[in-house]
Amino acid sequence: MVRTIIGRVLSSLLVIAGSSVLVFVIMYLLPGDPVDSLIDPASATPEQIATLRHQLGVDQPLYAQLADYFGKLLRGDFGKSLLNSEPVLPKIIEHFPATLALAAASALLSVIVGVLLGVLSAIHRNRPIDVIARIVGLLGISMPTFWSGILLLLVFSIHLGWLPAMGSDGWKTLVLPAATLGLIGGGFIVRMVRNSMLEVVNEHFIVTLRSKGLSERAIMYRHALRNALIPSVTMIGMLVGEMLAGAVVIETVFSRQGIGRIVADAIMAKDLPVVQGVIVFSAIVYVLVNLLVDISYSYIDPRVRRAA
Amino acid sequence: MEPLLEINRLSVDFHTRRGPLQALSEVSLTIRQGETVCLVGESGSGKTVASKSVMRLIDYENGRIAGGRIRLGGLDLASLSQNELRSLRGKKMAMVFQEPMAAFDPVYTIGYQIVETIRRHDSKSKEDAWEHAVSLLDRVGIPEPRIRMKQYPGELSGGMLQRAMIALALSCGPELLIADEPTTALDVTIQAQILQLLQELKEEFGMSILLITHDLGIAAEIADRVVVLYAGRVAEQAPTAELFARPHHPYTRGLLDSIATLDTEKGEKLHSIAGSIPSLTALPNGCLFHPRCPLATDKCRSEAPPLVARGEREWACWHTEELLKTTKGNKRSGGLDAASTAVPPDGALTATSPSSSQELLQVEGVRKYYPVKGSLPGRKRAYIRAVDDVSFSIRQGETFGLVGESGSGKSTLGRVLLQLEKATAGRIRFDGRELTDMGGTSLRSARKDIQMIFQDPYGSLDPRWNVGDIVGEPLRVHERLNASEKKERVARLLESVGLDASYASRYPHEFSGGQRQRIGIARAIALNPKFVLADEAVSALDVSVQAQVVNLLQELQEKLGLTYLFIAHGLQIVRHLSDRIGVMYLGKLVEIAPSHELFLRPAHPYTKALIASVPSADLGAKRERITLQGEIPSPARPPSGCRFHTRCPLATARCREEEPALRAVDPEHVVACHYPL
Repeated sequence: MVRTIIGRVLSSLLVIAGSSVLVFVIMYLLPGDPVDSLIDPASATPEQIATLRHQLGVDQPLYAQLADYFGKLLRGDFGKSLLNSEPVLPKIIEHFPATLALAAASALLSVIVGVLLGVLSAIHRNRPIDVIARIVGLLGISMPTFWSGILLLLVFSIHLGWLPAMGSDGWKTLVLPAATLGLIGGGFIVRMVRNSMLEVVNEHFIVTLRSKGLSERAIMYRHALRNALIPSVTMIGMLVGEMLAGAVVIETVFSRQGIGRIVADAIMAKDLPVVQGVIVFSAIVYVLVNLLVDISYSYIDPRVRRAA
Repeated sequence: MEPLLEINRLSVDFHTRRGPLQALSEVSLTIRQGETVCLVGESGSGKTVASKSVMRLIDYENGRIAGGRIRLGGLDLASLSQNELRSLRGKKMAMVFQEPMAAFDPVYTIGYQIVETIRRHDSKSKEDAWEHAVSLLDRVGIPEPRIRMKQYPGELSGGMLQRAMIALALSCGPELLIADEPTTALDVTIQAQILQLLQELKEEFGMSILLITHDLGIAAEIADRVVVLYAGRVAEQAPTAELFARPHHPYTRGLLDSIATLDTEKGEKLHSIAGSIPSLTALPNGCLFHPRCPLATDKCRSEAPPLVARGEREWACWHTEELLKTTKGNKRSGGLDAASTAVPPDGALTATSPSSSQELLQVEGVRKYYPVKGSLPGRKRAYIRAVDDVSFSIRQGETFGLVGESGSGKSTLGRVLLQLEKATAGRIRFDGRELTDMGGTSLRSARKDIQMIFQDPYGSLDPRWNVGDIVGEPLRVHERLNASEKKERVARLLESVGLDASYASRYPHEFSGGQRQRIGIARAIALNPKFVLADEAVSALDVSVQAQVVNLLQELQEKLGLTYLFIAHGLQIVRHLSDRIGVMYLGKLVEIAPSHELFLRPAHPYTKALIASVPSADLGAKRERITLQGEIPSPARPPSGCRFHTRCPLATARCREEEPALRAVDPEHVVACHYPL
């Protein structure tokens, strides 16, 4: 078991390293010169441009730039913003709690709603609750967040005035963004849990459980659900990626603080080190969450534990 | 005495999209206290539905009792609510299933699942229930029960799981135990152990057993009475001895005749029942069996025969008198002539002339090791020795049978021979050419001569290809034919396996298991190969259909001069088909002998035990009971010396230390044993 965990940790580190390199290379290959966003190329002299390029290190060959970038990353230096020379990492860390709160709230919401609806809809197949669950699932996966977010804003803040439309302080400002983002996750999870429940209730062992005289409730919630959750847990790990990507839009729509907002602003301003920093940071978060999912997986499914 | 279970004119419907489908029609049977009744029939006969109806588990599968009564010790099961039934299930009646691997919830321990049952019905403390479960596991012969309790189903072998399943079923002292094909998924040696266990437990717990099986040998072995079902109706029921001695229904007779016993001769045609069981959506008029029945007359086609009861027997046939007239003696009387086979008999198949001594396939010192995953770097790498130093040869035109329990390495060996997997070591020479050195193009062209028939007739045909494309694919790969030539060849191939040429445009799902296997055979012979590997080619089929396919294989061998390697765990079939047989145990060939000789005078204790494990439908010969103890060890850690010594009744200190080499006890008969029998 410990060996598996060590193995997983090592491979996670590799993934993080690989994705940082990938991000760097993509940024390098992007058309346009970072210098352009700092000075007006029309009015600057070639010497000025060359000096600036030298200061930024972009006159170096790729491998040298990469080595420099990687070395700094290892020391926790994510670079500086091109706009105001602020170090990137402290800025991310400052804003991350707001995004974390949003992601956690929407993950919680989507898991609770998704699992509950998924199970009910599988057990009461083709009944009204199943129809509702399927509609939720369909809406969740098909409505873009920028649209559903605005819709929720219109109804609940503007028309009804129940909840604030913007800001990032206090739980009230969290409700609408979390609902918007949670709807996507919820939609995925409803479908996933429903399908795997329907599969599990056709397994042979369900017949055994019935032949033992167990109640349907015990069969469904004690046995079938645990089996059905196994594939869903992986899914939940992957949803974190969706949440982080969704945060970019949501934080903009609801004018919240957070790293999604930072990256959105940085993209507008062509502030590449910030964009790069946030992406690498998100990659790390994503890999860590999936590492936890992998480890928890082997606690839910004894077969995984044994294979280890 | 009051019967324990009384099923009276039970009819069961399944609700489908196209309306109700009758799965059982007026089925009656009784089981007395302490009695074992076997419900026998092919797949689709309704035997599992009958057992699930008793438990009322059909309610969960859109099934409904449409008529009749089921009484268990005075309770009318058909009229009880699910809630009332739940307190009976697992308590008064319990069930054991076919696939022990799939019958346990994989994410809870064995102990948890047994304790859960006990605590559901008996007010025992957790500790008491746990202790009771441990004692049950111990009773059903599971070593180290306290450790097993804490293990998960995936960590136990199939045989162990079936024992655990039996322990689970017994946990609340049921009066009726329903066992649905409890040994079908297991090896013969384990099957023998489980059947014996069931019989002991029946006495000990004072239960009655309803055992569902397709294997008449099992019925002969343990049943007091046998009920034969056909397409949801009782064809015949009788006390076991009477049923086997004088079957009163042509279907029973056909089933009995289809069994290849240990004494049918190679070359003899097996009796088979033409066609296959009708689908419930398209039942014939009159007697349901008439399309397959050699005695059928116009009366049979128009009018369903009633179930006639006389003494202890019941049967439903218009022509029992006639049938009995053709029964000479008690057994295998030459069968019903017209029933012989679906394949047109073309000429008597004489016992295959002992094939020329020219060797087509030579196997020398072949090994196949798989590295064990997760072995730490630095430590010695661990291997699973699936095939370990195997040498033998197959002669031109002969059928070589390969038998052994699952885990013996026989299928791996087959795959290595065909170069589907590379041997770790050793040489394989085919038709004078070294296969092991070949690669790419030369191997591909050599493959023309080496074809394979697979076990699973469902999984081995692409469901999205039509039959013509499936059978024609090898032609497309290896021969340049234009469309009409190809079509013509495919048509001839289909006809040669007893199928209609027009089937080429149909898809696999439209065919029965036996027909699919014929399609697989047509594909295998498409290129006129010299050598065909049949890996468990008939084990997924019903007995009557099995016989059809076996006959076809023999006929094709005659016609096309094929050489077969026939891998199987069903000894009777292997014996029937093979000229020579090799016995594998844990990756080693332990004995090779001519088929006849092997069964008459097995020299290896393992071969002897394997033969003795086969249940026999022959009631006259009560076989010697030397069931093999224990299970096949893991090939990752094979025992020292002779690998069989851990289970061998004759093992000595020498066997533990020194590995026996293959040596001849007879020019044609080699064995790897220090003390050959």
